[in-house]
Order: sequence, then C-alpha cells, then structure tokens
Amino acid sequence: MRLFLILFALVAALFALSLTIGPARTGPLDSLAALFVGGDGPLPMVMREIRLPRALLAALVGGGLGMAGAALQGYLRNPLAEPGLIGVSGSAALGAVLALQAGLTATASLGLPLAALLGAVIGVFLVIGLAGARGGSLTLILAGIAISALASALTSLVLNLSPNPFAANDIVFWMMGSLADRSMTHFWLALPFVAVGGILLASTARGLDALTLGEDAAETLGLSLTRLRLLVVLGTAAIVGGATAVAGAIGFVGLVVPHILRPFVGAQPSRLLWASALGGAALLLIADISVRVILPDRDLKLGVVTALIGAPLFLHLIFKTRRELP
Amino acid sequence: MSLLTLRDLAATLRNRPVFSNVSLTIDEGELVGLIGPNGAGKTTLMRAALGLLPRQSGQSSLAALSTAERARAVAWMPQAREIAWPIPVERLVALGRLPYLPLSGKIPAEDRAKIDAAIAHLGLEAFRTRAASRLSGGEQARALIARAIAQDTPLLMADEPIAGLDPAHQIATMQVFADLAATGRSTLVSLHDLGLAARHCTRLILLAEGGILADGPPQDVLTDALLARAFGVTAWHQHTPSGPVFQPLEVL
Repeated sequence: MRLFLILFALVAALFALSLTIGPARTGPLDSLAALFVGGDGPLPMVMREIRLPRALLAALVGGGLGMAGAALQGYLRNPLAEPGLIGVSGSAALGAVLALQAGLTATASLGLPLAALLGAVIGVFLVIGLAGARGGSLTLILAGIAISALASALTSLVLNLSPNPFAANDIVFWMMGSLADRSMTHFWLALPFVAVGGILLASTARGLDALTLGEDAAETLGLSLTRLRLLVVLGTAAIVGGATAVAGAIGFVGLVVPHILRPFVGAQPSRLLWASALGGAALLLIADISVRVILPDRDLKLGVVTALIGAPLFLHLIFKTRRELP
Repeated sequence: MSLLTLRDLAATLRNRPVFSNVSLTIDEGELVGLIGPNGAGKTTLMRAALGLLPRQSGQSSLAALSTAERARAVAWMPQAREIAWPIPVERLVALGRLPYLPLSGKIPAEDRAKIDAAIAHLGLEAFRTRAASRLSGGEQARALIARAIAQDTPLLMADEPIAGLDPAHQIATMQVFADLAATGRSTLVSLHDLGLAARHCTRLILLAEGGILADGPPQDVLTDALLARAFGVTAWHQHTPSGPVFQPLEVL
C-alpha cells in the first residue's frame, strides 16, 4: 500500500512536471493555471493541444507497457520476457511502416496509427493460431519469435526496396518511438486499447500468482491455463498494439520496470502488475521529460532515451544478480 | 465415502502405452503409498487421475470434476518443485487458499488460520518471511507440502514429496500425512523409500509391468516374490518391537 502511494505520488509529480516543460517559456504555475482555468490565449492552447496529450500519452503508454511486461514475465515465469516477445510490436511496426511507405500519412492523419493497429490485430491472431489453443508457454514463445522475425524481415524488405529516401527516413525515425506532436485524437485512439488490455491483464492477477507453482499445480488450484494464456496474449496485444500505434516502438520499459519493482512487492506477480503500471508511467514520463530537457532543439527520440536509461539499469541488475549467485 | 475412484484407467504418452486397466478406490483416512520402479508410470498415473493428461481413457472421479470443483477435492504437489519467484514462504503457503479466496484477494481470518496451521505443521515458522526460491531443496519441498496442505482438500496427492529431505524431515513429513489420515483426510504419495513406505503407509500400490501388480497392506505388497518381479531386488522385512523394518539388500 505504501509502495502504491509512493509510486502514485511520483507519477503525479512527473505528470505535472511534464506539463510545465516545453519550448514556450512560461512559468510552471502559469502553465498549470492556463490548463485548468482555460481561456482562449495561446498558452491554454499550447497546454491543451500539445503538452496535455503528450503527458497523458506518456503515462498511458508507459503504464500499459509496464503492466504488460509484468504480466508476460509472470505468465512465462521468466524475468527476461518483455511485451515485444509475442510479436505484436513487430507486426504493429510493419503496419505503420507500410502506411508510411504508401504515403497514407499524407492523405489521412490517422492512417499510420490505424495501419499499426491493423498490423497488431493480424499479428496477434497469427500468434494465437500458431501457438494453438492448448499448450504450454513454450509454443507461445516460439510463435512470438516466428512472427517477430517475419515482421522484422518484411519491415527490412520495405526499407530495402523503398524508392523514396524520404519515406525511408520517416520509417527509421518512426521506429525509434516518440511522443512529439501528438494530439488528443492520438490519446483517444490509444486509450480504449490500453484500457481494455489493462482490464484483461488485471483479471489474470490470481492466475499469475498460482503459476508461481508451475503449470500443473496452478491447474489443480482451479486455474484454466487456456483461458489465462488467452487473457495474457490478448491483453498484452491490445496494450502493445495501442501503444505502438501512437508512440512507435518503445523498448525496455516493459522489461526493466517489473525487474526494478519486483523486490518491493515481495516478488508476487499479482502485486507486480499494479506496481509496474505505475512504475512504467513514471519511467516514460521521465524519459519524455529528458527528451525535451537534454536536447530541446533537436528531435531526440523517446525510444532512444528509454534504451539509454534502461540499458544501464539493466546492467546494474545483472551485476546485482551476479553478486547474489552462490 | 470414496475420495478417488479410478476405473479401467489407461494412459498413452507419445504413442507409448504407459499403463492400462488401472482400477482402484481411495477412501477416507488412508495413507496410500504408490511404489514402482523408475519409469513404471507413477507420475503419469497420478496426473491421469487428476485429469491433467491430454489423452487418457477410462474413468477417474477427479478428472470428471470441473477445474473449480477439483481444486476443492484434491491438492496436487508435482514432482518438479517449481517456485518461479522469490516470494516469502508464507505467501507461497497462502497460494493453497486461492480456490477459496474472495475476488478482492483479501485473506479472511479462517483462511489465515489454515495457512498458519500448515506452516506450523511442517515446522516452517522460522522461514515465514524468507524468499521461498532461495531456500535449500529440502526446505522448498516442505514449503510446497505446506502449500498443498493449506489447500485443505479431502485428498492430497504428492509426487515424491520426501525425496531429498533429511531423515528427520522424511519421518516428520510421513507423520504429517499420517496425522491427516487420522482426521479422515487421505494422501496418495509416490515414493522410492520402501522402508518409510513399510512403516508409515496404511496401504501400498505397486505399479509395474504396465499395470497394478499389487494393492494392499504393506506386508502383502512387499513380499519377496513381488519385490523380485517388480524391482529385481531382495530384501529383509521383519516386524520388530519398534514396528515394521524393511531394508532392500541386493540386486538379483
């Protein structure tokens, strides 16, 4: 409970901080006042149309990815699992890349996110179909790897054959992930997917706890493994699909956040779900703030920063794990 | 009332028949030892009885239940002692109460009492807050037995629960199962230590040659002829003032 309050306060503080940072030089209190009091001046416009969707998306995407990472690690009983493992982020990226290549983004502003969502949906059905209705976690990993590899090969193929260097440039930058220049429309587009995914994953909490004892023991504790797997895959896919559609590929959040928070929740998978949702929101807000503070004049990409923050954290954890080994 | 009824149960793994025509009944208050050489199908028999095998034929009263009903009828401790995360021992034992908990996840006082009783029964008080996955193998086994006991089902099935335990804890664990039998709960336990089986079990089932070779009180199952046939060993078996003593001697 205390951890929940600390994380919640952290997310709230970072959210407020994120709202006060931007190229428009205004005092933090003025900015927040403009957001809440409103009015028609340029500052309320900036707050409502630029900074608010950016902060909301950072919290939403980060929270979703953190929770999906915790759920997937719990389901696979492997601390190295991450949301991209089931192949949905790869197939969503392929959808987005095809949209960029086809020039859909020029004709329809939501063409790219919708194409990414379509890619995610196709990806998740392929993974579920390949992994089979019944079966252990191994077939799921294999199916995920197969779909990821195929999607990344096709993405490379599109880049390879792209006759248009500008499209190729766009594609490369899009794949780095970013929250710059997103509108509230993007937020409303991603929200239902992330919310539904979050609800699906929240319903797996008890099952993930039972899986601590292995699949056999969990099944005799009254758990339907088939149902659990479907919930985990669909929940993760909804979150990753929604997040990738609006923010591009953002790595490391789903991998690192559950890893950092696990000791603080007594390693219990069910409690880790909530903690990782809050922790993921906090990490992505930090990353998105850093993007704007470190190099305000250059378009530093969010996915680059999460990897730059995440990799050293991960290295630290590796060394900690090594020390604990006998 | 019978807690488990198997009729003509047969199992096939990878097109290899493991056993067939297995019929047996376990009543209240029994401590049944399932013995047999390696590969005889002890684990497969237990998993088939639980309905965990994808392909099996015949009838099992437990396999006929729904998943939720089965969770209240039988607790299962698999041979692979999996503890995926370093959760505290008391949380691990509390997992046994999952089938009964309200959706809120709060643990009511009576469930808490059953968890405490199971922890006390296995002598795990000193380990309550220790990370279960970092305990020694024998301590992990005891924590997992406590978890299965906390499930508080009429029948407990455990696959080699005492393998890897020190002698004191082997005896203490068999005594825990005997205590359960005294309160009307039954245990089906597979084991290789025939000495402990002879001393503690009320009944032995010998699984070999693709079926049940013998089923009855220990002295009727651990005969020279059956031991030679199933295990290929000779043994010394006597009733002494300190109870039955069984010691395998030589390989035939």
